[in-house]
Parts: sequence; structure tokens; C-alpha cells
Amino acid sequence: MSGVRVLVGTKKGGFVLSADGTRKDWTVSGPFFAGWEVYHVKGSPVDPNRLYASQSSGWFGQVIQRSDDGGATWAPVGNKFAYEGVPGTHQWYDGTAHPWEFKRVWHLEPSLTDAETVFAGVEDAALFKSTDGGDNWLELAGLRGEGSGCSTLAPQWQPGAGGMCLHSILLDPANADRMYIAISAAGAFRTDDGGLNWKPINKGLVSNMIPNPTAEVGHCVHHVAMHPSRPDVLFMQKHWDVMRSDDAGDSWKEVSGNLPTDFGFAIDVHAHEPETLYVVPIKSDSEHFPPEGKLRVYRSRSGGHEWEGLTKGLPQKDCYVNVLRDAMAVDTLDECGVYFGTTGGQVYASADAGENWAPIVRDLPAVLSVEVQTLA
Amino acid sequence: MILPQHLRTLAGVDGEVALEVAVPVTVRRVLDALEAQHPMLRGTIREYGSGERRAFLRFFACEEDLSHESMDAELPREAAEGNEPLLIIGAIAGG
Repeated sequence: MSGVRVLVGTKKGGFVLSADGTRKDWTVSGPFFAGWEVYHVKGSPVDPNRLYASQSSGWFGQVIQRSDDGGATWAPVGNKFAYEGVPGTHQWYDGTAHPWEFKRVWHLEPSLTDAETVFAGVEDAALFKSTDGGDNWLELAGLRGEGSGCSTLAPQWQPGAGGMCLHSILLDPANADRMYIAISAAGAFRTDDGGLNWKPINKGLVSNMIPNPTAEVGHCVHHVAMHPSRPDVLFMQKHWDVMRSDDAGDSWKEVSGNLPTDFGFAIDVHAHEPETLYVVPIKSDSEHFPPEGKLRVYRSRSGGHEWEGLTKGLPQKDCYVNVLRDAMAVDTLDECGVYFGTTGGQVYASADAGENWAPIVRDLPAVLSVEVQTLA
Repeated sequence: MILPQHLRTLAGVDGEVALEVAVPVTVRRVLDALEAQHPMLRGTIREYGSGERRAFLRFFACEEDLSHESMDAELPREAAEGNEPLLIIGAIAGG
């Protein structure tokens, strides 16, 4: 029978939540790497038992863990993330030039075709690649370096309050040379040659908190999502505004429509309906909790503009949690399951595309990331 | 030497770690031997690149704080001879 495995990263460890295809009864395993921040855990689409996890700590730095049995056991692999050549500088908060310094891995994106190949998005923003199961990592330095459309732009990048992290990596299933990434607070970027050269894809984004609201870089992109059947169509949750691109990021249009607030972090796409989107509106600038204390997922079935609030089973009073950028995912069962985790430690699941919700667990440490594997 | 609990877990060791180190015994040589024996600890005590001690760790031995000494300074004799441990301590912090 089919089943699902939900991979949860939290401030104090990783967890694996498992259920059969009915998604009613759950087994909770963990914490793995207890006491460490687990920013992200993700499985290989090629080999679902191959998982990669980012484990980090202010004391001990970065560790990458690999599992070959679906998370039952783990082994540390390579953790050396050395910037290519002279690291260079980016803008610091006071406008001065600041050396690129590795802090942690925010996102791990396993290859669509090879279980040994995995990409890592890191802070300070850069993209690394391993082709040996995480043992060794090399920077795809074109994103920041010479010979790239970004070489003159990278020194202008400046961190947002959460740090200058490369948090989103999207691999084009139809074109192995095309990849999208997003950086806070620089923007979105695309490569069409496997990572050698990159270009900023931020035309149409408007950010009133930067000197030039339509600048080529400097936009605080929170997350980007894509449906695998239409890799040229991208959806973005920006610091403010929910955006859509129909031309692989060459241009963007706002689709926030009737959302109660267009601020938020997470965004995802229904597994079988490429025009059905999910976001969790969050009050900002500084509150970062749901408006009115009501935790609502908003769904658009029209690719944006028109949104409906989904509330059944979610707390509708006194709820002041946040849902972070990598903390939402969908499964690919016939009736699409939707999952998200909160900074209050709840992981909510809907087995009917968002109509009804129930917590899988209520009291984990603050949830940093949620990924789902659909198992045959 | 004695590692903090999180690094003992990472390295899969219990209690003290015994290391063979050539004289003169220094922090650098102890850490080189430790990392050779337990490669997963690379980067967790010393920064890659600079080789410097990670900011929130301290090195203690024989009731002395060696954290700000040169990594090439000889350990106190009792620690160098293995009668006292070199301790790696994580700074106390909340959260």
C-alpha cells in the first residue's frame, strides 16, 4: 500500500512522520540530531531511501547527514563548504563591504536523476553541488563570480534580517541545464547551462523597502515554487506580494488578489492541479503571526488573484505562530495531501487538498522545514 | 581528551578519547590526531580554512584555560602525559 513520509527539520532536531495512504494514523520517529538545528531534510526522487539532512549549531558549525534507509539510520558526510577562489565581498548592513562567510546550509535539493548528486543552498549565499552523495562539495561559483551575468551584482547583495541565505533551489524536470534559485535579500536567479552562468530574474518585482523598488537585484524573495509539469511557470511568495511568472522568470506579475495580507513565507503548488496554489498569509512587518490570530491556509484554484481561506481543523483564535519558507509541502497521492509546520511545533496535514486539516504532532520544537515523500 | 556530548554523539564515542600524539604535545597535534581518528569532527572544533578554534568552544586542561594560547604551545605536562584530559567545552548559552 502506498504511504507518505514527512521529513521535518526543527530548531532542536529532525523528525520523520510516517503514515499509510489514508494519512490518518502517524508514527513519529526522532528526534534525530537532538539539540542541533535541522534546517532541511529532503529525499532523493531517484531513491526514496536516500535522504540528506542539514544539521547545524552555533557551537559546532555545519554537519551534513545522509541516510540510506529512509531515515532509520544516518551517517555524517562531507561538511567542507569552501567558496571558490577569493570569496569576495557583499554589502553589510551598514553599507560596507563584508567578506563572504559560510554559516550554514539552508536547503538541500537532491538531483532528479542521480541519487548521488545533491545541491546545497547556503548562507552567505552560494550554491554548492556534490556528485558523491555529499562527501565532497564544490561551489557553482558562476552565481557570484566572473563570467556570469551576476559578477557585477554580487558585491551589491545585502543580507536581510534573517541573513543572506540561498533558500530556494528548483530543478527543471524538462531541462537538465536549467535551474532556479532564490536568495534573501537579493532575488531570484536562473541558469540555463547547468550552473556556469546565471542571470537575475526579478523583472516585475516591486519592493518599496529598497531605494529603487524595481531594481535588478535586492528583492526579498521568501520562496519560489513550481509544478513539475510546467517548469516555465513559477510562483513566488515575496516579502510582500505573491507573484507569478509564465516565462521562466523573465517577467513577473502580482497575483495577491484578495489575500488578507500578501506577506508570508511558504508557497506551494497542488501535485495534480498546476493552477492550484497554497500560501499562509502572515501579518508583518514585525509581527510574523497570522492575522487576527487565525491560522488560515489560502488556496487559489486559478493560479492566483482569487483566494479562499481554508480553516477546518486549524486554530481560529489565539494562534500566533509563523510558518517558515521551507515548511510547506505536498504529496502526490491521488487526493493531494498538503502539509505545513509552525514555529509553535505543530505539523498540520490535510489529506484532501486543504479542505480539512488535523495536526500530526503538536509539540515539536519550532519547525524550520517540511518535506514529503510519497512512497509506492 | 573529553569532548562535549554533541561531538561524542557525532563521533560515536563514549567517555574519554585516547589519542597517540608525538611530543611536543600541543592542542594542534591533539586535534590533528582526533580528526584523523574521527574525520566527521573536521570543521566542528576548528574552522575550515583558518583552522581557528570555533568561537563558542573553549580548551581547558589542568584547570587552565588554553583557549587563547597558541595552538602550538605545549600542553601542561600532566595533560601531555595523559594523566589529565584536554577538555573541549561548549560555551554556556540559553535557547
